[in-house]
Amino acid sequence: MTPNLHSHWFPIASSTDLVPRHVYQAQLLGREFAVWRADDGYVNVWENRCLHRGVRLSIGINDGRELKCQYHGWRYANRTAGCTYIPAHPADAPARTICNNTYPAREAHGLIWTGEHASGSLPDLGCFADGIVLRPIPLNAPAEMVSESLEGYDSDVFFLVQPCDSNRSIIRGLAKPSKRDRLDLLRYHNFALQELRDHIEGQAASQDTPEPLVPIISQVAAELVDLPVLHTIGRQADFTVTITNKETVAEDVVRLRLESLTSVLPTFQPGAHIDLHLQNGLVRQYSLTNGPGETDHYTIGVKREIESRGGSATIHDHLRVGDNLAISAPRNNFPLRRDAVRTIFIAGGIGVTPLISMAQALNVQGLDFAFHYFVQSETRAAFSQELHAFNEATTFHINLSPHATSEELTHILSDPNPTYHIYVCGPIPMLDATRKIAKKQGWDDEQVHFEYFKNTNKINTEGSFEIDLARSACTFTVSEGQSILEVLRSNGINMPSSCETGACGTCRCGVIAGEIDHQDVYLTDSEKAKGNTIMTCVSRSRSDRLILDI
Amino acid sequence: MTVIDSIDPVVRDLWYAVAALDDLDLIDVQESVLLDTPINVCHDTSGGVQCRTELRPLPVCERYGYVWTSLGSPQTDVFSIPEYVEPDRRNIHAATIGVHTSAPRTIENFLDMGHFPYVHTGILGAEPHTEVRDYNVEVSVERDEIVATNCLFWQPMAAAASSSGADVDYIYRVPHPYCAILYKSSPIDDKRLDVIAVFLQPETQEQVRAHMMLSLLDEASTDHQIRLFQQTIFGQDKPILENQFPKRLPLDPRAETPIRADKSAIAYRRWLSDKGITYGVIPAAA
Repeated sequence: MTPNLHSHWFPIASSTDLVPRHVYQAQLLGREFAVWRADDGYVNVWENRCLHRGVRLSIGINDGRELKCQYHGWRYANRTAGCTYIPAHPADAPARTICNNTYPAREAHGLIWTGEHASGSLPDLGCFADGIVLRPIPLNAPAEMVSESLEGYDSDVFFLVQPCDSNRSIIRGLAKPSKRDRLDLLRYHNFALQELRDHIEGQAASQDTPEPLVPIISQVAAELVDLPVLHTIGRQADFTVTITNKETVAEDVVRLRLESLTSVLPTFQPGAHIDLHLQNGLVRQYSLTNGPGETDHYTIGVKREIESRGGSATIHDHLRVGDNLAISAPRNNFPLRRDAVRTIFIAGGIGVTPLISMAQALNVQGLDFAFHYFVQSETRAAFSQELHAFNEATTFHINLSPHATSEELTHILSDPNPTYHIYVCGPIPMLDATRKIAKKQGWDDEQVHFEYFKNTNKINTEGSFEIDLARSACTFTVSEGQSILEVLRSNGINMPSSCETGACGTCRCGVIAGEIDHQDVYLTDSEKAKGNTIMTCVSRSRSDRLILDI
Repeated sequence: MTVIDSIDPVVRDLWYAVAALDDLDLIDVQESVLLDTPINVCHDTSGGVQCRTELRPLPVCERYGYVWTSLGSPQTDVFSIPEYVEPDRRNIHAATIGVHTSAPRTIENFLDMGHFPYVHTGILGAEPHTEVRDYNVEVSVERDEIVATNCLFWQPMAAAASSSGADVDYIYRVPHPYCAILYKSSPIDDKRLDVIAVFLQPETQEQVRAHMMLSLLDEASTDHQIRLFQQTIFGQDKPILENQFPKRLPLDPRAETPIRADKSAIAYRRWLSDKGITYGVIPAAA
């Protein structure tokens, strides 16, 4: 088999094989594919193998947005094939590098086309472009033999032979549209080709059977061999997107739709945020509000902050459809557990954004949740279309005083249950109140998940101390006015970061020894008390030395 | 590559269960394959059992209700299952089932808890209770076996008598490259454990016969009910196992993506590597 066949486009299925919510198994040059159409119409052609334990994805479940492996329920996103959830570890966001192999996919002329390294345009079918797709005829014979045998067949049919393996092929034919009855034509060629199949298979059986082709399965990324994964990316813009829609979805709230014109956007998980690099040099974090499987774009919701320092005001006043923006890949520091018997979402104002994405994921999976949305007025309630789709799971709490809000929260959280989880996002006073009320009512810290949009604590940068890097055996001094993150960066150690104000959790680092002066709002009180993890952008050391696990 | 080349000395000298004594009472001569070699098992004239290839007799012993044999010269006895001889236990041969995959893939499936909610839905697990909590794994040097302890998993019907779910405690032992034993808290006596063992007979590198032995404290169920239950569970695993690719277990750490829940499988793959086992696996490139 000549290697350049891998750069050709071959048909591997009829369009009609990809019925809704089905996963079709195809094969080309020895390699198996799981082929499935998402509800948005996108055709995915993937390696037919789950990265985890090698189970065929063609026996998995197509839920219209994601493909779920039958063995351990790992979920893979439409388009990107990135893993979005690993049920055995519900509290963890899967590493971004857990991504299945995808292959080029096209749909044209009633056929699905792929090729391991195919690029460029599909073969020109001329007057057969609108042809009638004949029933595919699989047969045990090498593709070359099949092609030769088809020469001289009716010139009103154009044939494409799919080489499944060295001794297995599929005849795919397109018949020129004619006045003849369609069913009659299909039936005629079906019989004719089946007779031809018997003839070709007889011929193939009289020859030596070639060895089956052995596809090379690429290795998984080296960093996946030992979990957890070490991040190696700093605060940087990873790629450019174009604003393709901007609409006002509530008073002072706009929704932006961001699309990449050149490449597939990286996989996101519910709760993830991106950094938006604005033209004026500011960098702001926004949660993605996409539902599962909505992988051809990102959407974010932006509220105009009254005291905007140039972030939200710029977005509201100056950004237009067609503008390009640099963004980071999504990061998930607010992962959603899906092993709760019931999940309670508590959103305040624009804090609704990450929770909208989470609730859509649970809704699609049919998991139980309640969504409480605290908002100043009906005109300020963003994403009401999505929220109404949750039916009775959604409760709006409109224009409550701080006292009334506390009373309502006390009511919502009145029945602590160890199998429930709470996710809360909103203004700081409401977050603080929710955490306090939950604690008072007997909820465990581990059951209350929260995300602060910003850290309003005054950051103390007094005093100097030393940091020892346990794994790289270096010692550096953090002087007054400097952050640990800055010192690491200036010494060439690339620590990821995003908000750089102690709110988002991206620059989290393990601490082996030393007393931490926590100044972030990301860690829970019990995590802070454990003293084994630090936010390097704002937190410091009370002891002379901190030993970091890097 | 000839067949003999792929059979490493470690595998050659192991004991293998090749027939249930119960079944031997039903079929006079049981024909099967062991490590690519056709064998047959039957009663001899003195009431014992014999096992042979076309060319020669093989060593035999009877343990746990099965005939065990070897193509080589076993240096030790079959591993011990002390619970088997306790007088109040019911020892049952649940089934012998053929599976088109390698023995190590089958052992890994037996050690795995993460698939319970997806493969044994409503029986051994159910969504949303999917978490595999941290457990302990050690390789006992003295006994040359892998032991996983403190394995907790939520089960919808923890006991036959209960209608609600609860955590069930499991212990796993891998005392033989192709055999594994599961201990599970008994619904009848919370201080004692039910025993479920799988003894694999590798017919080829990619085809096994799985012999399943139970040693239970159950007083209520009939043998028939117990067998049906075990066959239901294994019948759910079989199509998954037969859809794993490659069929032989890849020992290269970068062939697949382990997670913390797979600690016991990681230890098992290393243990096979360290033993130099090549049958039924794809050895890591040197």
